[in-house]
Amino acid sequence: MTTRIDRRMAKLKAEGRPALVTYFMGGDPDYDTSLSIMKALPGAGSDIIELGMPFSDPMADGPAIQAAGLRALKGGQTLVKTLRMASEFRAGDNETPIVLMGYYNPIYIYGVDRFLRDALASGIDGLIVVDLPPEMDEELCIPALKAGINFIRLATPTTDDKRLPKVLQNTSGFVYYVSMTGITGSALADTGKVAAAVGRIKSHTDLPVCVGFGVKTAEQARVIGANADGVVVGTAIVNAVANVLGPKGEKTADPAEAVATLVSGLSQGVRAARLAAAE
Amino acid sequence: MDKPAIPNSFRTGPDEQGMFGIFGGRFVAETLMPLILDLERHWNEVKDDPDFKAELTDLSTHYAGRPSKLYFAEGLTRHLREVSSAKGLGGGAKVYFKREDLNHTGSHKINNCLGQILLAKRMGKKRIIAETGAGQHGVASATVAARFGFPCVVYMGATDVARQSPNVFRMKLLGAEVRPVTAGHGTLKDAMNEALRDWVTNVEDTYYLIGTAAGPHPYPELVRDFQSVIGTEARAQILEQEGRLPDTIIACVGGGSNAIGLFHPFLDDKDVRIIGIEAGGRGLDGIEHCASMNAGAPGVLHGNRTYLLQDADGQIMDGHSISAGLDYPGVGPEHSWLRDSGRVEYVPVLDDEALEAFKLTTRVEGIIPALESAHAIAHAVKIVPAMDKDQIVIVNLSGRGDKDVHTVANMLGMEI
Repeated sequence: MTTRIDRRMAKLKAEGRPALVTYFMGGDPDYDTSLSIMKALPGAGSDIIELGMPFSDPMADGPAIQAAGLRALKGGQTLVKTLRMASEFRAGDNETPIVLMGYYNPIYIYGVDRFLRDALASGIDGLIVVDLPPEMDEELCIPALKAGINFIRLATPTTDDKRLPKVLQNTSGFVYYVSMTGITGSALADTGKVAAAVGRIKSHTDLPVCVGFGVKTAEQARVIGANADGVVVGTAIVNAVANVLGPKGEKTADPAEAVATLVSGLSQGVRAARLAAAE
Repeated sequence: MDKPAIPNSFRTGPDEQGMFGIFGGRFVAETLMPLILDLERHWNEVKDDPDFKAELTDLSTHYAGRPSKLYFAEGLTRHLREVSSAKGLGGGAKVYFKREDLNHTGSHKINNCLGQILLAKRMGKKRIIAETGAGQHGVASATVAARFGFPCVVYMGATDVARQSPNVFRMKLLGAEVRPVTAGHGTLKDAMNEALRDWVTNVEDTYYLIGTAAGPHPYPELVRDFQSVIGTEARAQILEQEGRLPDTIIACVGGGSNAIGLFHPFLDDKDVRIIGIEAGGRGLDGIEHCASMNAGAPGVLHGNRTYLLQDADGQIMDGHSISAGLDYPGVGPEHSWLRDSGRVEYVPVLDDEALEAFKLTTRVEGIIPALESAHAIAHAVKIVPAMDKDQIVIVNLSGRGDKDVHTVANMLGMEI
């Protein structure tokens, strides 16, 4: 069976360009604003949406996404509301894939079976759960696959050739290559090394490989997109929201517009990626 | 949920996946998985290696001062017998203290740090990171790092930096860099998040020296094994000094490393009652406590599944305790399993009760206990008067209280 992610990736492959995958934090700075950001993403050029589920203890995230999660939680965001946000978005867009990204505990407390049922009903296509490595596949990965939801795994520079098959085994949708060891929002790694790593992963799988961690500009998106099947941008988007919030959290400009402007630029980058590569 | 079946032995865990029943596991980012598997491989190599054991025993003896004494707390026993008589009970068990406060660096933390620094050395690591709450583990980590020539970074919540300033100074003297963490409430949970972020960034050369029997497998197992020297010694000492096993053993539980260290060798002695003391803070009615096993629910944090203080959405709460070392919203996974299996009782002790026990022990024993350990003593104060005179209680005096005098003075409204 195919998911919206599979269909979108196949379509982009036919068009000969990489996907722009955009992460934003659900509920940051509040539910309504966040939903308006989500709705603005496809029009600005986002091909796949990663909807962040805030968690009190985001151990793999840098200061920007930590702060975004805290703003969302302070604004009253819960997993129930994040799922509602997805289904409100879905009412107006039945094509753009939505991937939920976050940590396991809120899902575990929600209840895995109930979560998968409600996620499907909300139009969720994939999951990225940072603290569930393949060793813990019985927890959520296998039930999600059975339910028809893609489980997208992170591969990292520490995932060597020996381990890669284990990481890829139950992965579907795409592989998310983390360009460096570290937390989200750090500086982009050497792009030559990233290209080599993408090639290495592709020699093990037919799945699309998207690259994230550290991509902030259209130029970086273009360079990474020359080899990868997709480019993930997160911290830069979260920062675009933070930049239009005043010291007390008041909005100094429209966050959805700020995000759309950034994403349009990034989208030019991924659209130029293969043109440049072909030159 | 059904209670797990009672096993033949309570001492066989964890299984190959690092699980104690449903607790434990390896809930970490992929970047860390290869490191954790590598650590497990090295741990499995050294745990039965006679050379490793000999090196650790030698250091424990000559550097840390082991074995620690099992001390008959005559002053406290006499006091509690008077309490018993006043109540018309005429009882009062004999109280022994396992004197981990007499170890080098002043607490049980050195046991684990010596073991792990030898492991780090064998693994060829170049840099040590650690998290600390009260600062006892930070000091012990900085100490072994100094002794073995490793650079050391200690993450410590900003709140804890303020309330444990003597330990911060000690760490700096020992050459460690103390990085205050302002996220959350600035306590142990936040320090652990930050240490994990450092580790995920510096995977090549860094050894994460976790201070408690929690985190991803194999940490809960290896920390327990390094701390089990406490219970192994105490068991042999009480047999020698009293000719029999104790009736009750008591230890405080934050992450729970001193407790699992005392408890583990006694788990299959089914006539020994085992009690772990959680920080009851200002009472379990509100959220100002750290009694995760009495007032929390199973969840996933910091690499393992265990009892956690959390809200209905699975967000982790901050908790509160007078004692920085117990100020953690979770607990080691083996304790969660021992709780559910019914082998160990876990009960809360309030801030005020711990403070009273701190003052009492100082007065009648001439020993200033750590506020953490004072929680365990406070529970002994509650139950000992109702016990018989021929019964025996061992309390783990996990650390000395010099570090806490500022906190206590503050609570008593005094300036020093």
